[in-house]
Amino acid sequence: MKKLMLGNEAVARGLYEAGCSFVSSYPGTPSTEITEYAAKYNEIYAEWAPNEKVALETAFGASLAGKRSFCGMKHVGVNVAADPLFTASYTGVNAGLIIGVADDPGMHSSQNEQDSRHYAIASKIPMLEPSDSAESIAFVKEAFEISEKFDTPIFIKMCTRVAHSQSIIEESDRLEIVQKEYAKNGEKYIMMPGNAKKRHPIVEQRTLNLINYAETAWFNRVEEGSDNTVGIITSSTSYQYVKEVFGDKYPVLKLGMINPLPINKIKDFAAKVKSVIVVEELDGIIETHCKNIGVTVAGKEIFGNIGEFSQNLVAEKLGVEAPKGVALNENIPMRPPVMCAGCPHRGLFYTLKKNKLTVMGDIGCYTLGAVAPLAAIDTTICMGASVSSIHGFNKANEGASDKNTVAVIGDSTFMHSGVTGLINIAYNGSNSTVIILDNSITGMTGHQQNPTTGYNLKGDPCSKIDLEALCKSVGINSVRVVDPYDLAECDTVIKEELQKEEPSVIISRRPCALLKYVKHAGPIKVNTDKCIGCKSCMRIGCPAVSVIDGKVKIDNTLCTGCGVCAQMCKFDVFEAVKEA
Amino acid sequence: MQTKNIMIVGVGGQGTLLASKLLGRILLSKGYDVKVSEVHGMSQRGGSVVTYVRYGDKVYSPVIDKGEADYIVSFEILEAARWAEYLKDGGTIITNTQEVNPMPVIIGACEYPKELEAKIKALGINLDAIDALSLAEMAGTSKAVNIVLMGKLSKYFDFTEEDWMTAIEQSVPQKFLELNKKAFLLGKEA
Repeated sequence: MKKLMLGNEAVARGLYEAGCSFVSSYPGTPSTEITEYAAKYNEIYAEWAPNEKVALETAFGASLAGKRSFCGMKHVGVNVAADPLFTASYTGVNAGLIIGVADDPGMHSSQNEQDSRHYAIASKIPMLEPSDSAESIAFVKEAFEISEKFDTPIFIKMCTRVAHSQSIIEESDRLEIVQKEYAKNGEKYIMMPGNAKKRHPIVEQRTLNLINYAETAWFNRVEEGSDNTVGIITSSTSYQYVKEVFGDKYPVLKLGMINPLPINKIKDFAAKVKSVIVVEELDGIIETHCKNIGVTVAGKEIFGNIGEFSQNLVAEKLGVEAPKGVALNENIPMRPPVMCAGCPHRGLFYTLKKNKLTVMGDIGCYTLGAVAPLAAIDTTICMGASVSSIHGFNKANEGASDKNTVAVIGDSTFMHSGVTGLINIAYNGSNSTVIILDNSITGMTGHQQNPTTGYNLKGDPCSKIDLEALCKSVGINSVRVVDPYDLAECDTVIKEELQKEEPSVIISRRPCALLKYVKHAGPIKVNTDKCIGCKSCMRIGCPAVSVIDGKVKIDNTLCTGCGVCAQMCKFDVFEAVKEA
Repeated sequence: MQTKNIMIVGVGGQGTLLASKLLGRILLSKGYDVKVSEVHGMSQRGGSVVTYVRYGDKVYSPVIDKGEADYIVSFEILEAARWAEYLKDGGTIITNTQEVNPMPVIIGACEYPKELEAKIKALGINLDAIDALSLAEMAGTSKAVNIVLMGKLSKYFDFTEEDWMTAIEQSVPQKFLELNKKAFLLGKEA
């Protein structure tokens, strides 16, 4: 039966059909749903790891044990997993091992636009790149075969438009795969210099074998055209844009495997057309390969290496007239994402702004604390960087910044890579104040469990990290908990901890307002007769609070009744909030 | 058949994904090739969101570009204005008249534009505007704005009421079924 399926769900379906039985991942947009959907199959054991390095090493262990395994992450996650990645390339696998990585061209939900195809080349690991949901299923199944046949981990590379688009698929039955036996083999699995030296030539030979395979593999296909003046080499979502614009006009070499790339197939294709254009998002990976093998192509000088493509962009760059709409001649205000009404981060960030603190930020919903009117964050680089960088900042300032600088990091991000930074603060002794924003969930990616929540990916109860005890055990003596809905408490505790001559951790604890089990007091009631329109309540940047015609107005469809706005008011406009 | 394009735009949290799910189901059941493109992650948090639904004999690109949309279904009038440039010449915008202030307006950095309905119509665009929020509340919950708008959109398609009701049954939880069916009919009759 035909079904509409999200690209990420299709990857999960491919895992199921290919007989995969082990998944370990870390969430990250646009990759998260692969693992969430995989977890719905009873035949697949699936878990969230604390970070991508742990996830990949775990999946490697499962492959070693003889089960087809998968590990999913977003593009920046590969940076975290890079250490095991490069050496797993040397050891190869026992049962098949797939690393699913989702790039985010256009940065819909990311801090950079890195092109993970570089990782496939650098680590000498093959990479398949589907261009829709049906290919996502087929490529995952093929990837396990390649992984086992060539004894290598393998990438499946998604991008936002493939991961988050639904297209039509047909389901097949699951392959019943028998668990392979594990046999001790130190020369293959113990990567100390003597063994690694022997493995490196094997890896190089493997790449040569894979190039041969790529020459005739079904997923690198030529689609004939009616006009041979131009031939287009493309892959992934760019293929869809090319076909949308040109249909069957120009011949197309559609590459399903992006590493390693074929040589003769490309040369033969180029020989049949007058000129070759490479259409690929971000960096010129295919283009560079073509030039290296002596095939003249045009690519990045036409398209550039920034942002997403679309059919109109491909059309315009290649001299085809694209449709144009009519824009309103009007200054249309931007609508950036904001912290939700009732978000527990709001009160905490208001306190940081009020105290004019320097704030080392991190990756999560709370990065929105950088947006006006809170505008309370100074830096955001990557997961865990807040805790490490405050230590460097304070050490370099030799005490001058200790009393007015904090680091903020979410519970999931702290587990991911914040705790190592905290160990460094304790070990190398800086007087730094770290605030853990514990909202009892991984928020931004859509509510994934993590080691601090007490539940696993399947929703079953499990051990729960005691954050206070953890921080104390690494050597932080001053650990305090505040309720971010209580502005006065936040203000007092932050001031006190900054004044101390020792490192501190403040845990700002309130579950995410969007969690289903969180009960809300309901919209706050206002007495507008008392309102003088001073707009103090608007300084917290809540989307449910506005002042219209000089009087406060609450959006009852959004307001949860958290009462933070009421604490801003000096005129008793807001009624007392009852605990839900 | 040439590919047809429907955009669903709104504010993160308004339920645009459910509307695209519903449309995808009904179009698939009619034998079309269908692609639906969504945005997840950061922009869901109260930001401007857009979902693309494309159908025809063979659909390649999952996204809709400027000047391509046959229909834009907008959950909020400022969003209708923002995305109007994506409408094809002769296309139709179906919009909820509700205004949701974006943060730059809330903090007073800029004003919410006035008389947007008239300004959109002045571009020669077919604008079909309804107060979907009131109709949704009439059906029982403000959250049903998405289904009210699907009811309104249904008037532009040849599918039967039964087709739509089947798709609704497949897309919403059983306990909210009656409410959503009511919302659909209120939108259709508006």
